[in-house]
Amino acid sequence: MQEGAVTAGARHSIGLETFAPVGDAVEVSTVTSPLAEVAASNATLRAFLHGLPGVDQVGADARAAMLGTRSIKTTAKASAIDLAISMVDLTTLEGADTPGKVRAMCAKAIRPDPSDLSVPHVAAVCVYPDLVAEAKAALKGSPVKIASVATAFPSGRSSLEVKVADTALAVAAGADEIDMVIDRGAFLAGDYIKVFEEIAAIKAASGEAHLKVILETGELVTYDNVRRASWLAMLAGGDFIKTSTGKVQPAATPPVTLIMLEAVRDFLDATGRKVGVKPAGGIRTTKDAIKMLVLVNETAGDGWLSPDWFRLGASSVLNDLLMQRQKLTTGRYAGPDYFTLD
Amino acid sequence: MTERLAVRKTYKLFIGGAFPRSESGRSYVVTSSKGDFLANASRASRKDARDAVSAARKAFPGWSGATAYNRGQILYRIAEMLEGRRAQFAAEVAEADGVSGKKAGELVDLAVDRLVWYAGWSDKISAVRGAANPVAGPYFNLSTPEPTGVVAVVAPAAAPLLGLISVIAPVIVTGNTCVVVASERAPLPAITLAEVLATSDLPGGVINILTGSAEEIAPWLAGHMDVNGIDLTGASPELAQKCEEMAADNLKRVLRPKTADWSADPGTGRMTAFLETKTVWHPIGT
Repeated sequence: MQEGAVTAGARHSIGLETFAPVGDAVEVSTVTSPLAEVAASNATLRAFLHGLPGVDQVGADARAAMLGTRSIKTTAKASAIDLAISMVDLTTLEGADTPGKVRAMCAKAIRPDPSDLSVPHVAAVCVYPDLVAEAKAALKGSPVKIASVATAFPSGRSSLEVKVADTALAVAAGADEIDMVIDRGAFLAGDYIKVFEEIAAIKAASGEAHLKVILETGELVTYDNVRRASWLAMLAGGDFIKTSTGKVQPAATPPVTLIMLEAVRDFLDATGRKVGVKPAGGIRTTKDAIKMLVLVNETAGDGWLSPDWFRLGASSVLNDLLMQRQKLTTGRYAGPDYFTLD
Repeated sequence: MTERLAVRKTYKLFIGGAFPRSESGRSYVVTSSKGDFLANASRASRKDARDAVSAARKAFPGWSGATAYNRGQILYRIAEMLEGRRAQFAAEVAEADGVSGKKAGELVDLAVDRLVWYAGWSDKISAVRGAANPVAGPYFNLSTPEPTGVVAVVAPAAAPLLGLISVIAPVIVTGNTCVVVASERAPLPAITLAEVLATSDLPGGVINILTGSAEEIAPWLAGHMDVNGIDLTGASPELAQKCEEMAADNLKRVLRPKTADWSADPGTGRMTAFLETKTVWHPIGT
């Protein structure tokens, strides 16, 4: 039986017993170190990933939609907005990025609203590797982290040597975090071990830098694949799992984020290692951002409600957060003319 | 034999080219000048005003970027559609203002003529307000009037159709988009006008019509940082002062209320109140 044995209900708690793919020829030790040998070969990895409980698609959509109806108002809204601002990875990933644009974005990252000093700084800026040095100079002395995409972003279609060199370039330039893309082609073809080894190699090349693994869920098609890719990335050593590059639609939809949050929660239960989540792309309004925070709180728990464990990859959402914040503090509706464009 | 039930019209708001109910779900009773029940109209809330401003802002690039000729054509089209519904408007105006059918018909005619008059201004206002300025240097120096952006309009309480047309048309003909708070006392012609607008090739969001209390909605529009101008024609002196103070924060263009004879020649004042002048210097000989 290839597809594993477990098809659980809406809320899956993946206990250790589910790690043994029932009826599969491959032996996986589940007693002492349940996940140590999972990556021994493509067969064991495949058996493990396909042994994960299937996702109830209708249930996941419904639960994400239901959590999206929560009404967050007044003081709760104010603190949610501040938390969301502090979780933003302010991103510019365009072919037209200039050093000037990166510097302007860094200034905004440190002080998102120059007219209101009580606004927290964002978590990080996210740029291409060749602009890391520029960001590093602009952010000198500030607590804002520098994230760099790497590994032939956004398609990931290159050799491992090129990807490792790309990563090393970003790390050498001073990146604190590396956002890598997985090889979706290999993943969809079932070559899980290739994806696994690539993530492990990039993790090694990243050194001290945190590794965020971009799954590009828009290209993975099914929720089952999202769950498998999440586990694969976590097993291979990713410190964060990230939904999307922002170049493919759909990007960070609430159900996909929900499934990834379930995965990190279950991974913590199973292994004791905590992994962060970063939805990226498609989050445009304060409402979207607050929905994400509700999802985090209700799925993974409030242990993830911190910029160390949850990030929002977006750029346009920051202005909307600032406008909503201004509306709450001044009592009048804010206008986009009074905020920077990027 | 059962008697047929009449199908009554629900009077709703007009936001972004659609007819939503008020977000708040509120409504209020509209009566004729004699005090008879006419209909329940939506009582718009501040959130409806907010949505209307976003719709108007969204429509602004397209509308201000359209050619003046095209804007004029669309205003003329509104006049055509209005003329086609003359009887319906005349009946509504007669009920709201307690005037005779003949007088109401004349008022509708005046409103149609007013639209046509403003439609003609679309490609002429820049010739009147723009200039080629003489400068002491090798430059062409050209000033041209441009629309200011989103304009909030408090429509006059009297003259529910003619007054409404007379405040909306000059705002949009130059390329602004607007959010109108219709006369609280007589909102029905405004909603029927929205049906005319929806069938006139006018892009959704260029005119947004809210019914309800100006006292409640106008201050939110006056304080809104994404509104560039406010016409306080229909505001009471107290409300006008309050709105003027709130409008100062982002330096909105404010048109103060003054008593107007709507049947008189309107002049260009209402158009120029919401225009700003852009001047360009173009070097000669390069």
